[in-house]
Amino acid sequence: MKLDAAHVRKIAQLARLSVTDAETEALLVHMNRMLDYVAQLSEVDTSKVPPLEHAVEMDTPLRDDEPVRKFDASRGLENAPAAELNMFRVPKVVE
Amino acid sequence: MGADLCHLSIGELGALLREKKVSASEVLEAHLKRVETLDPKVGAFLHVNAEQAMAQARHAQELLDGGRGVTALTGIPVGIKDVIVMDGTPSTAASRILSAFKGTYDATVVRKLHAAGAVCFGKLNMDEFAMGSSTENSSVKKTLNPWDLDCVPGGSSGGSAAAVAAGFCPVSIGSDTGGSIRQPAAFCGVVGLKPTYGRVSRFGVIAFASSLDQLGPFARTVADAAHLLEFMSGFDDLDSTSVDRPVPNYAAAADRGVKGLRLGVPKEYFIDGMDAEVEAAVRGALAELEKQGAKLVEVSLPHTKYAVATYYIVATAEASSNLARYDGVRFGHRAKDPKDIFDLYVRSRGEGFGPEVKRRIMLGTFCLSSGYYDAYYRKAQQLRWLIRQDFLEAFKTCDAIVSPVTPTAAFRFGEKAADPIQMYLSDIFTISCNLAGLPGVSVPCGFTSKSLPVGLQVLARHFAEETLVQVGGAYERATDWHKRRPAL
Repeated sequence: MKLDAAHVRKIAQLARLSVTDAETEALLVHMNRMLDYVAQLSEVDTSKVPPLEHAVEMDTPLRDDEPVRKFDASRGLENAPAAELNMFRVPKVVE
Repeated sequence: MGADLCHLSIGELGALLREKKVSASEVLEAHLKRVETLDPKVGAFLHVNAEQAMAQARHAQELLDGGRGVTALTGIPVGIKDVIVMDGTPSTAASRILSAFKGTYDATVVRKLHAAGAVCFGKLNMDEFAMGSSTENSSVKKTLNPWDLDCVPGGSSGGSAAAVAAGFCPVSIGSDTGGSIRQPAAFCGVVGLKPTYGRVSRFGVIAFASSLDQLGPFARTVADAAHLLEFMSGFDDLDSTSVDRPVPNYAAAADRGVKGLRLGVPKEYFIDGMDAEVEAAVRGALAELEKQGAKLVEVSLPHTKYAVATYYIVATAEASSNLARYDGVRFGHRAKDPKDIFDLYVRSRGEGFGPEVKRRIMLGTFCLSSGYYDAYYRKAQQLRWLIRQDFLEAFKTCDAIVSPVTPTAAFRFGEKAADPIQMYLSDIFTISCNLAGLPGVSVPCGFTSKSLPVGLQVLARHFAEETLVQVGGAYERATDWHKRRPAL
């Protein structure tokens, strides 16, 4: 797998990351080196190996389905870049 | 007393506090004074919450005066890695995107420390979002290695390790995703312990790679690390990966000795390219443990060479998902005058994240993207299964695995920063432990000819932290590396 600049720009768009032309260049070099490096994994036959999803066996405990109030809206808004009427304020989403 | 209070173990400090020879406020003031005088040279702290801490010290003193609810941590100052959220305190993960963020609640681990009477008194520098091995990726400043100010303290918990080495706090907390506690502990000549995945709650910890992240203690002795671990551990219904198992008295294991214990020496961990002085120090430690009655057995971890590649797929994939929450909407940096919501997302993130974080988000996004998931992410998870299997096999013939923590002692600023892959490879001995979910500890085991510390790594079975304390404690009793202090 070899990425080109168009791939990098596409991935940046998927990641919602603005990148300058200089950053795109540097990311292209880095990502291709990493993909070369991780290509060694293909040496290993894993056709009969399950993927490891949990390193430590654990159950998923369920709590009772009762509402718990942990937080006031006002505390939740303390770090908001912009807030109004006890809500987060963002640019218009739908035209 | 003053500065003398800054080089004691928490056992020694606790005795002075309980015997009323010193007050909790005096202990805190001595440490605050030392931070004020010497941290400008080291750069371990991002923030010191002196006022809150003084209130906690007064509360601790009330407990000590009343003689009720007193624990091994009552009145003990604890430094906190900036990846951990504290109510009313800047909690930034050393990232520009969170530079104005203040915690609105306490992480579970902070709540537990408060309940034990500990005094959480500062936020420690780190690589941005815990991504790095030298703390050079902090968006705020460098942290210098107290043993040699031209060298890095390691990372990502570089501030936590340097603070304990420099006498700024007797113990501190860090996080370890691929070695971020054990590697800086080795570079700074202190004890650093990464518990089993699930042992310590991560509620209130700024997430990097959720299947790997774990919190753990830094200390100047194994027993101190064990004491802190005991109070950090335990089930938490706010963390769905928290494991409900009893918490033992870890410190009691420090005196057990290693007679009859089988210590596995993995042949893949003594490799070409390892620094000769590091190897000599670690071999010396193994000989000492053998002298005390441990039995050394050779073991094999055949998939070791694939660990770094596996890790950088799993960790970056998870990071790209976790860091999606920084969107400039509810908290964190927001770009000025966005023309629409997409522009708000991409510029807020582009301006807020540093270069290493961007590299990892990009690689992780690629590995999870349509058409590449099976070839990269799923393949890495399969390798992860094999890496874990290697350990389960090895633990059939040994009780613990002993190895170097790192191939070299602390490196110089800039030495590896230009080549990310070289930086990643310095984590070769610590990464597998996270992939397998195992507990591991770094214990000081000597110095190079340039007076840089070397660490011995001990790994044990899942939830066998007591074995780490047992081996580390036995080694520490026979040696005095841990008593050396850097001259600042």
